[in-house]
Amino acid sequence: MSYEFPLDYSKIREFARAVMTDDAAHTGTEPVIPPTMLTSGRMIWEPAEQSGFVKLGFDRRRILHGEEEYVFHGPLPRAGQTLTADTRIGESFEKPGKRGGVMTFAKMITEFRDDSGRLVATQNSTIIQTATTGNSEGSK
Amino acid sequence: MTTVTTTPVIGHQAPPLTYPPLTRTDFVKYQGASGDFHPLHHDESYALETGFPSVFSVGMLQAGLLASYVTDWLGVENLRRFKVRFAEKVWPGDELTCSAKIVDVFDAEDGRRVRIEMTCARQTGVNALVGDAEFLLD
Repeated sequence: MSYEFPLDYSKIREFARAVMTDDAAHTGTEPVIPPTMLTSGRMIWEPAEQSGFVKLGFDRRRILHGEEEYVFHGPLPRAGQTLTADTRIGESFEKPGKRGGVMTFAKMITEFRDDSGRLVATQNSTIIQTATTGNSEGSK
Repeated sequence: MTTVTTTPVIGHQAPPLTYPPLTRTDFVKYQGASGDFHPLHHDESYALETGFPSVFSVGMLQAGLLASYVTDWLGVENLRRFKVRFAEKVWPGDELTCSAKIVDVFDAEDGRRVRIEMTCARQTGVNALVGDAEFLLD
């Protein structure tokens, strides 16, 4: 299971503005992506039936972001490329919550390939389901 | 944008950067750009009902600000790894200060790299994010 993530220059420009960089590398018609823009693959292009978050089965009100890592296996992708993304759930484990209950940690891995099949980038996410809503356990 | 023009030295620090106080508009602008429309970051009544004192920033917004800071320093084209841990929430009005320093220079398969450690702190001095990153040297 995989899906396509086309890199569009106007979306790159919009993202670069939102993360407050005016680096010329993100302007023009063939800009490179700001590195954390890979996250938009899941947010915008991932079909609902492939949703990593749905596979996790976590309660939306209790989700926290623990860690995020982006590994680039070469130069950053650019506008005009269409990446193929594939998300899988990695290991998960539980820890006692600070105020009782159980916190669940899960890894979610997405691999991004170019049209020749070359692995361009890997996104490693750690997602937490807190023991209760409205607390500050974990992070974000 | 500045790039490394001299031999990188372990311990070398980038000049810290403090962003203007974050607004709800900044959160929404990021949500629109990224496609993450979780209501905790823009819907005040949803945030209150969920038990928070107000909406709060998207973790990936401050991660993006920290990424902008380090890529402006060492060159986005050279970035090969970027990792952050979310340590504390960021709220409307927060002033975030990003800092980074070179902690290692080493040979990787694709060439010489620097590893940096970086933080993004709230005005309280407590880190909202901590992380590390690697850049390929020209």
